[in-house]
Amino acid sequence: MTDTITQGDGHRWHDMGGAAAGEIPLADHDFALWEKRVDALMILCSAKGHFTVDGLRRVLEDMPPSSFEELSYYERWIASVSQNLVEAGVLTTFEIGERMSAIRERGPTYGDAADG
Amino acid sequence: MGSRVRVHNDMPPGHIRTPAYLRGKCGVIERTLGPFPNPEQLAYRHSGAPLALHRVRFTMAEVWGAAAETPTDTIEAEIYAHWLEPADAA
Amino acid sequence: MPHDHHDHLSPSGHPFRADDDHPLSYWQTMEISVRELLIEKGVTTAAEIAHQIDAMDNRTPANGAAVVARVWTDPDFHAAMQHDASAATSEMGFNIGPMKLIAVENTADLHNIVVCTLCSCYPRNLLGLPPDWYKSRAYRSRTVREPRRVLAEFGVTLPSTTQIRVHDSTADMRYIVIPARPDGTDGWSKDDLAHLVTRDSMVGTGLPKSPDAPDTLA
Repeated sequence: MTDTITQGDGHRWHDMGGAAAGEIPLADHDFALWEKRVDALMILCSAKGHFTVDGLRRVLEDMPPSSFEELSYYERWIASVSQNLVEAGVLTTFEIGERMSAIRERGPTYGDAADG
Repeated sequence: MGSRVRVHNDMPPGHIRTPAYLRGKCGVIERTLGPFPNPEQLAYRHSGAPLALHRVRFTMAEVWGAAAETPTDTIEAEIYAHWLEPADAA
Repeated sequence: MPHDHHDHLSPSGHPFRADDDHPLSYWQTMEISVRELLIEKGVTTAAEIAHQIDAMDNRTPANGAAVVARVWTDPDFHAAMQHDASAATSEMGFNIGPMKLIAVENTADLHNIVVCTLCSCYPRNLLGLPPDWYKSRAYRSRTVREPRRVLAEFGVTLPSTTQIRVHDSTADMRYIVIPARPDGTDGWSKDDLAHLVTRDSMVGTGLPKSPDAPDTLA
């Protein structure tokens, strides 16, 4: 957890209130199906007691500061959901990765690979 | 409106729901809620003994000092009881 | 596998982003992996996931607008919302789950605006999923420090005699702003009033539409 302290005084990067920042980007985007599925998995797994929204947030906060710019919101969320499920003992990193390799064999797009 | 409180000025590691910009600042309790389990413990898969949660009102002047955009505008935030101590009378 | 009926238009009328045309990403692969494994292990089912997506799709700002219109027209409901907004909205069929709802009311003297500086807490059951700007670094950073400059970027300017109150959603509360009822709407039906209530007016970054121009984009 201490890896993400970016200021000498211990102020964590996700704790953004009051920081200088530029214009607010007002453009919106419609959520893709895979993003809605990530959201659904978070809601369902936390409702079933496998992890808490607090655990979800903690993993998000422990990511490096660059992740906020380099990864989209739901990319960070699926990473956090996965880690929380591993910590819960529901899934292992090995089986997640093994299945991911099999999925990549199905084809080059999400449409090919999902619902396979 | 309730009593005047000060937010602790600690900088612990880990999952904390007291924003850094409010630490060390004084405000007034707007209402008390809860108890709720402590997110600082829930985040690490521990059960968090329930705590009172206080909505605290701060003036912009208190939080930002001379840099406040409008000193009399206000901020309200929910602060868990263990982060608050009574403030001396103004 | 049941036919997935989400493939056409999203609730906003725009097509879903064309994931099918883009190369599968590492994170999309992870989503598929996690979802399939959870189904195989009996943690959830494809139907349950689809149902949750449908439920979320059906949560739109129209929910919040209906609540606002009822606050404006029903004094008993208004009082109930001030006393316990979770219970009051629950009776309308909007279940906030474990969170607690607080309704903050705008007046001529007070304008409320909501932010989550620490993450992206948002009253999803009343407003749907939060927009990208609500989750942006700029909104999360600046709103507690310079709300009037932030409002100006949304096209809202308030007199200096109106206090701005920023609510930082740090814990278990979720907030809905009850905008001030526009002048010139006496006798309007709840449905017509609800049409004036924009998503942004319930977050505090906008004002309700004027009765003179209810069809303008807000």
